[in-house]
Amino acid sequence: MKQFLQLISINFKEFYREPGIIFWAVLFPILMAWGLGIAFKQKGDLVQKIALVSDNETWITKNENWNRLIEESENQSGFTIGNKKMGETHYIMMSVSWNEAVQMLKKGVTEMIIKIENDSLQFHFDPHNPEAELSYLQLKAALNGSDIAKNTIDFVPMEQKGTRYIDFLVPGLLCMSVMMSCMWGISYGLIDKRSKKLLRRMVATPMNKSTFLAAQFVARLGLGFLEAFLLILFCYFYFNISISGSIIAFLLVFIAGNIAFTGIAIFTSSRTAETRVGNGLVNVVVMPMMILSGIFFSYHNFPDWAVKIIEKLPLTLMADYTRSVFIEGAGIADVIYPVVLLTVMGVAFSAVGLRIYKWY
Amino acid sequence: MDSKTAMIEVREVRKYFKHVKAVDGIDLTIKKGEFIALLGPNGAGKTTLVEMIEGIQKPDHGEIFIDNKTWKKNEKELHQLVGLSLQETRFFEKISVLETLRLFASFYNLDDQRIDEVLKLINLEEKKDAWVVNLSGGQRQRLALGIAILNKPEVLLLDEPTTGLDPTARREVWDILKKLKKELNTTLILTTHYMEEASYLCERIIIMDSGKILAQGTLKELLSKHIKGEVIMFSTQEKFDEKHLPSREKVHNVMIEPNQTEVEILVEDLVSYLPEFLNKFQSEGINLTSLECRKMTLDDLFINMTGKHLNA
Repeated sequence: MKQFLQLISINFKEFYREPGIIFWAVLFPILMAWGLGIAFKQKGDLVQKIALVSDNETWITKNENWNRLIEESENQSGFTIGNKKMGETHYIMMSVSWNEAVQMLKKGVTEMIIKIENDSLQFHFDPHNPEAELSYLQLKAALNGSDIAKNTIDFVPMEQKGTRYIDFLVPGLLCMSVMMSCMWGISYGLIDKRSKKLLRRMVATPMNKSTFLAAQFVARLGLGFLEAFLLILFCYFYFNISISGSIIAFLLVFIAGNIAFTGIAIFTSSRTAETRVGNGLVNVVVMPMMILSGIFFSYHNFPDWAVKIIEKLPLTLMADYTRSVFIEGAGIADVIYPVVLLTVMGVAFSAVGLRIYKWY
Repeated sequence: MDSKTAMIEVREVRKYFKHVKAVDGIDLTIKKGEFIALLGPNGAGKTTLVEMIEGIQKPDHGEIFIDNKTWKKNEKELHQLVGLSLQETRFFEKISVLETLRLFASFYNLDDQRIDEVLKLINLEEKKDAWVVNLSGGQRQRLALGIAILNKPEVLLLDEPTTGLDPTARREVWDILKKLKKELNTTLILTTHYMEEASYLCERIIIMDSGKILAQGTLKELLSKHIKGEVIMFSTQEKFDEKHLPSREKVHNVMIEPNQTEVEILVEDLVSYLPEFLNKFQSEGINLTSLECRKMTLDDLFINMTGKHLNA
């Protein structure tokens, strides 16, 4: 029994005598909960934007009920479905043209287009997108027989290239793999080398430190290209996905993304020699972006103030513009902004990281 | 000592950590081609001192010159001049011996011929394609040594190069070092807590504890200067009390183990003391279960100076 208690006591001591671990194990989850809690305040109080298209533009403005709905949407209350217990969903109806609607869909601003044609409602969305399907079922149930939709309600699957969920998903996954590869490969790799005293052994030679770090970047970039190539190849054959915009624009965003994440990786790995702390550090960078940056689902469901921040995250920048090249056909001029911003981020993070870098 | 032939000069060097005075005012001059051993238990400050000479740590106070150069002003040249092996470096696990040597050789702009020479010297030719993770402890230490000598360094700094190795593996490392001394006139600082290693390899032994140099000299000098006397080790059936020892003035030191049956005493002259000792035990009816007499060693000297065993 004494032995057992001693062992437990040692375990506790090991834990609390490592301040880094306390942070990652105790404070970090609390901070994540706080952050996400704010983002999803009032659980279920979701806002879904719906693109509303009519073949006859004046029809909507003439139709009293639809007009009211759009006015309510402009006040951000929208068409509310659900109840306080289950959480409410506010459907914001945005009257747009068909082309604008498709653009919104591609960017992930909306997941559904409602088209009014000959007084009947057509819901256009990718049936593989569970959120869109849920919206459809909710709206259909609520609208059926109401004065808004007196006529038939139809569902039209969106299977046009660029509007499917998979079109949205693949560019995001591509960017996420760059982030993961840099953060685990470079950041964790460097921390591991420091913990093994290999880093200090290497810098105790005439090895050039910038060459060492540049090699990390180039090796990761090479691996990244290979990974991206394989992913795109697979998706081309399996999902018929292709790059509709400029390939050079894609390459620029891809390289800039690698610069940004290498910089962040160097910064993250600059101090600790504890792989357990390193694990946490990498996660603190990777996890929020995985959740927030719109890789798996659109970040446009977050409150507006959060969206403004999320848009500036490196993974969001990279994913948004990779997506725009893939599905909206963006060219080089369209990606200058993210390329510059990502490169600046990378250079700034490396510069700060190197100033405080612990080589020994 | 003539400063012209001095390869390494350590002047009034201090390094304090939060609760420890790791190196507490050390002066040291090492001549070109000299092999010296820093001997001391764990925590004596050996590694800190060596790491300051290696340029890995900065002294709080004092100066270190290697070939009249300092790390602050001549880092590049010193990296070319110095070879080192750190305590417990773990190299890339899934990279082979040859690949590891090639990587480090590239830092010094060395060609494959030098790698072959080193592989031969460290006796890892057969293992050159093996991953580091699959090497034995001794082979890893030899690899670390191989990396340290790649650039034919004039100064070699080895931090516990044989700790944890079995006697055969240790002997192999020693042979390599002996060869280096003969062929390249390398200056060597080696930290160890093996007295045998220090006395076999090095001309000068420096005994350190608590950040200070306690004694230094050749093995002979140390023994003759600091050690006068011989050791009697015995154990008794009953618990032993110091008062049973005859002619207490002839005994320099008494160490009774906690079980109170194993005893070590240091006497000035064994030949005259031993008969007296045995007679007294016989007359008092003390039963000896073992008895051993020997010359004093560095370890005994160490215990005398610090109250600690060398490899404690």
